[in-house]
Amino acid sequence: MLALLSILLMALDQRQGVPEPVRYTLAAMVYPIRVVADFPFEMGSVLARELSGRRQLMAENERLQARRLLNEVRLQKLDALEEENIRLRQLLGSSYHIGEPVLIAPLMRIDLDPYSHLIQIGKGIRDGVFRSQPVLDANGIVGQVDKAGPLSAIVRLITDPSHAIPVRVNRNGIRSIAVGTGNPHQLKLTNLPNNTDIRVGDLLISSGLGGRFPRGYPVARVESVTTDPGPAFARVLATPTAALDRLQEVLLVKRDQQAVRLASTNEKIDPPPGKQPGP
Amino acid sequence: MRAHSAARIILLSLLAGLVLTVLPLPMWARPLRPEWTALILIYWCMALPQRVGVTVAWTVGLLQDVLQGFLLGAHALAFGVVAFLTLKLHQRIRVFPLWQQALSTLLLLLVIRLILLWVRGLSGQPGADWQYWLPALTGTALWPPLFLGLRAVRRRFQVQ
Repeated sequence: MLALLSILLMALDQRQGVPEPVRYTLAAMVYPIRVVADFPFEMGSVLARELSGRRQLMAENERLQARRLLNEVRLQKLDALEEENIRLRQLLGSSYHIGEPVLIAPLMRIDLDPYSHLIQIGKGIRDGVFRSQPVLDANGIVGQVDKAGPLSAIVRLITDPSHAIPVRVNRNGIRSIAVGTGNPHQLKLTNLPNNTDIRVGDLLISSGLGGRFPRGYPVARVESVTTDPGPAFARVLATPTAALDRLQEVLLVKRDQQAVRLASTNEKIDPPPGKQPGP
Repeated sequence: MRAHSAARIILLSLLAGLVLTVLPLPMWARPLRPEWTALILIYWCMALPQRVGVTVAWTVGLLQDVLQGFLLGAHALAFGVVAFLTLKLHQRIRVFPLWQQALSTLLLLLVIRLILLWVRGLSGQPGADWQYWLPALTGTALWPPLFLGLRAVRRRFQVQ
């Protein structure tokens, strides 16, 4: 009986049909176990922070200040470019979404199934996380939310063998799909003919075609292109720009499906967010 | 009163197993991580078959699925089957010397790995390499100390 039940559950889960309340309750039940497993490491980092010396903190502060200044300068230019872009798009008659609000989530240090690339983050449905929400870090796209619990969520990385993300070559706009390989430093581009104009070092950005990931975020950089007259397609490997094996905090893009639908119609254009003075 | 605390001890040991299952390990040690919960379940099924059976194993397996982000029900199925086998054989395994017990545990752990491999294959995940079978070996190696430890706990708290 129980065997049948578990087979039924597996089939449902594979087809994404497990009722949300069931999943929610189960996730809430195991949350304490996760916290307990994470606790010693959390304590370790808290202690390290508390005990770090004044000199070290000052050095870090200085470094961060310098970086902030640099970023702000870049941001000024970006604001101008953004406004220009919106004006141009207005002329073309399509809407453009910029400045998606983000949510910062800490990583929980627990080990999940070692044969798939999953990470656990410390924000859940209560904080507005939803399934298939795009996840980024400072350098690029990390993955998407696979399972969301009340207080934590599991994120599938773009390098997971079962994950694929639509991308575009930044240089010339050639579209492809980047599929995970199971190696945390490698993605595979599919269906690129042998004569495609793609070179080592090309930046791949998300094309936003699947409607899941926001467009224009860096995904990977082409690492090797092997053209072989035998097979029909070139073998293109790329390295993710996000540091997938050294993540500490991730950003979740707060964007619902509605925005995707809006983007295709041109009824309304959001005003650009005003220049915000640095904090 | 006695029954209450016995259930609590068993529950605590299983929860400890779950925590050990997700405790972060360095990269090189991750393929070596034994199936803690399965080992603890096998012990209780063998020592107290009237208390811990297929239902408990199934529930713990389900929790582990949620915890690890695995396909829901895979560990539940595997643990349920192994608990059933242990219940069938517990009269015999109980009187074995420790090393023979460890060998039968190896078989049970291999059954778990095999069921999980089938589930993986059926759900379209890529096949596994030789490292996939290592947890069964480390689990076997850990069986004697685990058995002695849990027996000491059982006698100390008179779990029946």
